[in-house]
Amino acid sequence: MATEAATTRERALERGGGPEVAPVRVPARSLHSELRAIRVVWKRELIRFRSDRLRIITSLTQPFLFLFVLGTGLSSLASAGTHGVNFKTFVYPGVLCMAVMFTAMFSAASIVWDREFGFLREMMVAPVRRSSIVLGKCLGGATVAGFQGLIVISIAGIVNVPYAPTLLLEIFGLQLLLAFAITAFGMTAAARMTQMQSFMAVMQMAIMPMFFISGALFSVASLPPWLTILNRIDPLTYAVDPMRRAIFAHMHISKSAVHALAPGVTWWGWRVPGLLEAGVIALLGLVLLSIAIWEFSRAE
Amino acid sequence: MTAQRSDNGSRQIDEAVAVRGLVKRYDEVEAVRGVEFDVHAGETFGFLGPNGAGKSTTINMLCTLVRPTAGSALVAGHDVVRERDQVRRNIGLVFQDTTLDGYMTAEQNMHLHAELYGVSHEGLAQRMRAVMEMVGLWDRRGSLVNTFSGGMKRRLEIARGLLHSPRVLFLDEPTVGLDPQTRSSIWEYLQTLQDEEETTMFLTTHYMDEAEYCDRIAIIDQGRIVALDTPAALKAEVGTDRIQISTDDDAATIDALRERFGLDARLAEGKVTFGVASGEQFVPRLFELGLPIGSVSVARPSLDDVFLSFTGKTIRDAEESNTEMRRHMARIMSR
Repeated sequence: MATEAATTRERALERGGGPEVAPVRVPARSLHSELRAIRVVWKRELIRFRSDRLRIITSLTQPFLFLFVLGTGLSSLASAGTHGVNFKTFVYPGVLCMAVMFTAMFSAASIVWDREFGFLREMMVAPVRRSSIVLGKCLGGATVAGFQGLIVISIAGIVNVPYAPTLLLEIFGLQLLLAFAITAFGMTAAARMTQMQSFMAVMQMAIMPMFFISGALFSVASLPPWLTILNRIDPLTYAVDPMRRAIFAHMHISKSAVHALAPGVTWWGWRVPGLLEAGVIALLGLVLLSIAIWEFSRAE
Repeated sequence: MTAQRSDNGSRQIDEAVAVRGLVKRYDEVEAVRGVEFDVHAGETFGFLGPNGAGKSTTINMLCTLVRPTAGSALVAGHDVVRERDQVRRNIGLVFQDTTLDGYMTAEQNMHLHAELYGVSHEGLAQRMRAVMEMVGLWDRRGSLVNTFSGGMKRRLEIARGLLHSPRVLFLDEPTVGLDPQTRSSIWEYLQTLQDEEETTMFLTTHYMDEAEYCDRIAIIDQGRIVALDTPAALKAEVGTDRIQISTDDDAATIDALRERFGLDARLAEGKVTFGVASGEQFVPRLFELGLPIGSVSVARPSLDDVFLSFTGKTIRDAEESNTEMRRHMARIMSR
């Protein structure tokens, strides 16, 4: 037994793994250690995204189909009601939101993969708060989706959206908020799911109705009551509407066109200001984040 | 040797693990029924038992992943229920199933672990290199983990489990699902690490030959510890050689053995099994029975016999009955 141990050690020495391996220290848990955990979970999302180029392309196909195929195809049909505004310009904010939503959902979905492949356990047993893990994951998902949104923003010129710095900043900020809220939503849903198929099914069921009801493809004014109610409940409404209003404000468009195409969301006749709409998204994101944190903290 | 290494949290303790009256109940089923043991610092301590005996449940309670129903456990001097984080910072974990991110490189996985555990930057780079060299993966640090074989992944997990200098390394069936050659190389690494790091190791296994590597083993069956000592002492306690006979008429043979020699034989693994003081000398006498004997085997006491003598069945038989019990339970639950 003793000789066996000696030979093992010799072999270890030959490999260069000397016996003088100094132990490292793990300082007591502090805000700093939580921040490190948040940062590394965030960073992992970026590493994973960067290595997955296929995903960057595939999650853009659907939005681009909507923008260029549906947008072009419907242009002539819609021209009667757009007051001379390019239909593609009109659907552009909705398409941008869609690209962001898909990417954010996929980011959240990765936690289901993590669970299936065991990596979630590595994070769950670490001596950090679960909230740090969930927050890092949400920020990571938002960053990745925000990057995807940036690609769509970069082609804005093709659909006549001007590259005005304030406008771009406004759009970018809004889509970042949306990305965060959707990732938090995905995390909340993923907290209890162990199978990728069921998660994807739920996401499909949530995203498409949200997209169609939001007014991404139509004006939110003068809708039938049932659709108006659904539209005002749909959180995506509050991302698409301020974006479209901002874009139209930066273009030379007739008053009547703005009135018909981007009348703004109203609550019982009161027009909701853009800043409040952004607030709705932010609040929703925070509420969903809290639920996700709560779900993950009590699990396992 | 005991209290020399400083705790990641500054307390000094003697016992690496101290367990008292630990119980885990899942609804009707009592998976762990009041186990008690100590693991000394620097020791390799093995939990030996069939699948379903309560090994994983116990290890999960010690790792703060499962809350005990009753009893207490101190790991590295910290209570597993009240000081969960303290325990987590002082233990390394290697699970049965991989918990690596296959889409990241080995090095990225290690970095992520160091950040999650808040390891201080000082000396981290050297430590990472040292533990990766120890398991022979330093040259492959830039490769995606998905390109690794099962054995390499397990080695990387061991290196990762050691990265934050834990006081206790928990290994739940560290070699399950690996081929025999890889299994022995994993053990080589574990022994190297034992020599160099003096880390306390707590492992579970249902392989008898692996339990031999441990300083001390606890034999666990149906949620209880039935024996606890060094492998040598446990084998000495059995004191007898094991004889297994295959016959056409097992019942008659068992009866004959009892009548003629006063031996208490049992049926294990489909063979008539019993223990006698010196096996080789006994074999010729078997033929006095005048029964049709197909084959005879004599074995020196092994941990298998230890298990047999303490539980009345071999570990393989115990596993079969546990599997059957689980199937039975699954049937009941699905109704």
